[in-house]
Amino acid sequence: MERLEGLAKLSGAERYVDDLAIEGALWGMTVRSPAPRGRIREVRFDPDIDWSEYVVVDHRDVPGANEVLLIEPDQPILAADRVRHVQEPVVLLAHPSRTAVRRAARGVEVVVDPEPAYLDASVPPRPDQIQRGDDNVLKQLRIEKGDVDAALASAWRVVEGEYRTGAQEHVYIETQGMIAWEEDGVLFVKGSLQCPYYVHKAALRALGRPADRVRVVQAPTGGGFGGKEEYPSMIALHAALLALKAGRPVKIVYDRGEDMAATTKRHPSIVRHRTGVDADGRLVAQDIDVLMDGGAYVTLSPVVLSRGIIHAAGPYQCDNVRIVGRAMLTNSPPHGAFRGFGAPQTHFANERHMDVVADAVGLDPIELRRRNLIAEGGETATGQTISDGVDRVGILDRAVELSGWREKEAAHRELARSDPWIRRGIGLACFHHGAGFTGGGEVMLASRLDVAGLADGRVEVRSANIEMGQGTLTIFTQLAAERLGVDPGAVVIAEADTGRVPDSGPTVASRTAMVVGHLVEEACDDLRARLGHDPGVSGAALRGALVAWHADHAGEELVGHAQYAPPPGVRWDDATYSGDAYAAFGWATYVAEVEVDLRTFGIRVIDFVALQDVGTVLHQTLARGQVQGGVAQGIGWALMEECRWRDGAMVNAQLTNYIVPTSDDLPPIRVAFSETPWAGGPQGAKGLGELPIDGPAPAVLNAVARAVGVSPCEIPLTAERLMELVEGAGSELARSA
Amino acid sequence: MNVYRPAELDEALERMASRPVGDPLLPVAGGTDLLVHWPQRLDEHERDVLDLQALDDLRGVRWSEDWLELGALASYWDVIVDRRAGEEFPLLARAARQVGAIQIQSRGTWAGNVVNGSPAADGVPVLMAYDAVVVLESRAARRTVPLDAFYTGYRRSVRQESELVVAIRIPRRSHELQQFVKVGPRRAQAIAKVGLAVTRSEAGWRVVAVSVAPTVRRCPTVERRLEVGPPPRSPEDLDEALTADVSPIDDFRSTAHYRSRVLARVLYDAVREDARDDAAPGR
Amino acid sequence: MLELAFTLNGRPAALSVNPAARLLDVLRYDLGLTGTKEGCGEGECGACTVWLDGLPADACLVPAYQAAGRDVRTIESVAPERLRPLLASGATQCGACTPGVVMTALWIVENPALLRSHTVRELMAGNICRCTGYDGIIEGVEAAVAERMGTPGGAS
Repeated sequence: MERLEGLAKLSGAERYVDDLAIEGALWGMTVRSPAPRGRIREVRFDPDIDWSEYVVVDHRDVPGANEVLLIEPDQPILAADRVRHVQEPVVLLAHPSRTAVRRAARGVEVVVDPEPAYLDASVPPRPDQIQRGDDNVLKQLRIEKGDVDAALASAWRVVEGEYRTGAQEHVYIETQGMIAWEEDGVLFVKGSLQCPYYVHKAALRALGRPADRVRVVQAPTGGGFGGKEEYPSMIALHAALLALKAGRPVKIVYDRGEDMAATTKRHPSIVRHRTGVDADGRLVAQDIDVLMDGGAYVTLSPVVLSRGIIHAAGPYQCDNVRIVGRAMLTNSPPHGAFRGFGAPQTHFANERHMDVVADAVGLDPIELRRRNLIAEGGETATGQTISDGVDRVGILDRAVELSGWREKEAAHRELARSDPWIRRGIGLACFHHGAGFTGGGEVMLASRLDVAGLADGRVEVRSANIEMGQGTLTIFTQLAAERLGVDPGAVVIAEADTGRVPDSGPTVASRTAMVVGHLVEEACDDLRARLGHDPGVSGAALRGALVAWHADHAGEELVGHAQYAPPPGVRWDDATYSGDAYAAFGWATYVAEVEVDLRTFGIRVIDFVALQDVGTVLHQTLARGQVQGGVAQGIGWALMEECRWRDGAMVNAQLTNYIVPTSDDLPPIRVAFSETPWAGGPQGAKGLGELPIDGPAPAVLNAVARAVGVSPCEIPLTAERLMELVEGAGSELARSA
Repeated sequence: MNVYRPAELDEALERMASRPVGDPLLPVAGGTDLLVHWPQRLDEHERDVLDLQALDDLRGVRWSEDWLELGALASYWDVIVDRRAGEEFPLLARAARQVGAIQIQSRGTWAGNVVNGSPAADGVPVLMAYDAVVVLESRAARRTVPLDAFYTGYRRSVRQESELVVAIRIPRRSHELQQFVKVGPRRAQAIAKVGLAVTRSEAGWRVVAVSVAPTVRRCPTVERRLEVGPPPRSPEDLDEALTADVSPIDDFRSTAHYRSRVLARVLYDAVREDARDDAAPGR
Repeated sequence: MLELAFTLNGRPAALSVNPAARLLDVLRYDLGLTGTKEGCGEGECGACTVWLDGLPADACLVPAYQAAGRDVRTIESVAPERLRPLLASGATQCGACTPGVVMTALWIVENPALLRSHTVRELMAGNICRCTGYDGIIEGVEAAVAERMGTPGGAS
């Protein structure tokens, strides 16, 4: 099946928020804090502007609670008397002319009496920087198994390391955008978003309305990657407040610079490892400390930290593990969801560290992995038994073979001898990613999904999970069509409109195909059952039966329902952070080959192999695309994407200066799948969306380390940082050949 | 905002001459610098504009016996597709191909790049290494200024408010060595962190450095060192001369340390006795 | 207001525009041709790529007044059958970069001699995609070029 909406996108017919012309709409703009922390002394309006032309909204206009509903009620929709980060929203304006409202936004000055800002999470806060508890800790978590201290004390060798990752900006090509209007007493919000029901719940809280008086509709969404998981609630509430005050529709679309400077980014991290190994290169102890910078409000930091620590020990068998994680409050704009959600940070540290361990104990990095990868029946750091039949060592071996590792290694050594400037290296990463919400999360979500049989014989899938390029529309159509034995043309996917679809949960956490796709199948089964049909009947006969049913039941609906039920035997203990963290894991080995130019210290990835097992592959082209896109983002994060901060503000908030890979910066990304069906997923599929971004950064850095003989521990590994490492090494690399 | 779009150069120069001092027209060639973040540049929306695109005389790439002349509207792409330019002045195409990508190359002009005067300019360094001359015209007079004498400071030049750059001329001569290196954070669509254009001809060495001073500039001390000194045996042999000529800074794109170290390395690699023309970093 | 006349998708267009408008604004808001997208406003992402006198250009960097008398082609002028190779190869995911990608891609397909001196990756470098990692795009362009040249497959 080709991508359902592919032609619409290729032809430019698909209409995103900014493409929608709304009769009588006003343009909205946001006035923001210039300071990272302080009390708002005054908001000054330029007396030369006729403010009567503008709709002006501040915190006093919030009818309900001035809070953006998420995990904790700490983030205001609009700052009232204090600000906690640069770009924090304070005042909203609207006007029929976009240029006029841009101009007017400059005419509003937010005067802040500054307070000491806490901007460096790597050092403990001073007393005058404390803004939460007595230590600015947003969340603390701990995983413990066995006796780490004893195991370290008796280990044959202990290897330490510290690894740092920086913030990463999503750079979805369509910026954040939202339209709000009121119609017959119902507030409508339509926009670029991943989770219609998150926005819906946030609107109920902020506006104090009952659920049936708010309706949230997802517009075609030009990229999300997590950046449109929680942030859209904020911009939706802004548009809504303006629309309600104006009595007219309001559209807010962020300029790229505003989007980059003000919205969420991947949590920066510092991860420290102390690893004990025995004389056979087996891991006997993993002592890991994870520190994340959460920014100014809690947002999703507890969950990012959670996923980060659960993955922090890697796909390895080790009986003694301690992982302590802290997310810190700082006066940066809040960090948030970004594909991988904590796991890329901790996998970077762990997989880079595994190469450091391999060097320290004199083992080949492939062999170290081979000896430690979890075998069937083995146990993760949280004590989850892995029994999905995946041959993790087989994946490792096949990835190594596909990459041409041995031949390339020899060629690289030869090149280093003969060329004055060019070095090449090859490196790998083994990693995993849990699909679906952690622990009891899916149970808590209690996702529901419907498949309706229509009077014309077609079926309609009603879910809140959205398409943002990852293929939801196509996959759901395919699953429903195959389950019911009908032609894909007989399946229609309902618009993700909270007025029309049940809450099937957010489009996040690699859950859409695996968890929600499974619900599609179950709802199809329920639909058939309600038709009173033999499960074997399908195709034209099924369609005929639907038509006939509707003829006999005029004006009624025939809807098959599905409700999430956890796979049997999954147990998780939130108090001890132990048990079955995820229903299913994807497993992968990635191999990167790099070329380093010692004249400029520039690094290029010249070959990349991405081999993974995510159960059954539902759609080859879509799955391959997910992997390649995730790898590209991972390579960008590893080598060139850097947020530069000054006094809590992002100073490179332009695409000219925040560098993402172009087509000329990447090699062809070679993708292969091993397929071990997982019974809990639709047709045996597991989640895939995030796994690919966990592996590239450590694979690339491991390759650079082997190319040049230095030990990079921080990303992005820019040319400047590589130069410092090479020159600091004092080897002959620092001088010319 | 008034937009003037003369079809004749005389009219353009007349308009420029009759502006009040301090309120010049904004001449617009390709617009690829001026229009960046245009919706946010509200103050500039007030300025009167001189659209040069109707001045057909300023188009194109012209060859005479002694010169290659790039009209003020000659784009990067015009040079990339000019076969003779590719043969005689290969650095022009090499630099042009590293400006942005096709969307910028099709619109951006060499003259615009010169007038914009960024210290990280892409076109200026190779023009300067080829001893380019800037042809300026006003209603009153026409004059030429060597490009290496054109800049007086950060984004400032000898161009008067009433003057228009109408062409850039490059003397035709043969070169024993020509090298261009642009070091950016990625291959395309990049602003140079540091860069270099080097030529050697009967006129001597020309070494032009990028992003290591308030303007793109020649390195006279380095040129003299190459002219009279023993061939350098390492990048460090060039440090002393470079220090006299350039003053790299830390900014949000790179560091002074990186710029100076890498400049020495790429310069050394470009001028060493066994230099290979096709082995420069980048393209 | 400024009177602007140019050729748009093969037909004459004439309208009054704000002199400070960009070609992108005229296309999207004055003419309702929303296929050309705005991704950055600074000529980096290429989502606003149109053809100006036959060459790809970022419409966010073209002042509307400079479209005067020129030939402008947008994604709306592309015949659907030309999109097939890109659909098959997975060239689009979220679609936000896609119209710009298509405009540059089809320029390459119509000028295959470019591939004697340039690679496809270099020519596409002005179109940033965050979803695909580019392979689906590059393979689609190669397939379209091969189809155009009548040669089987395409180099990868």
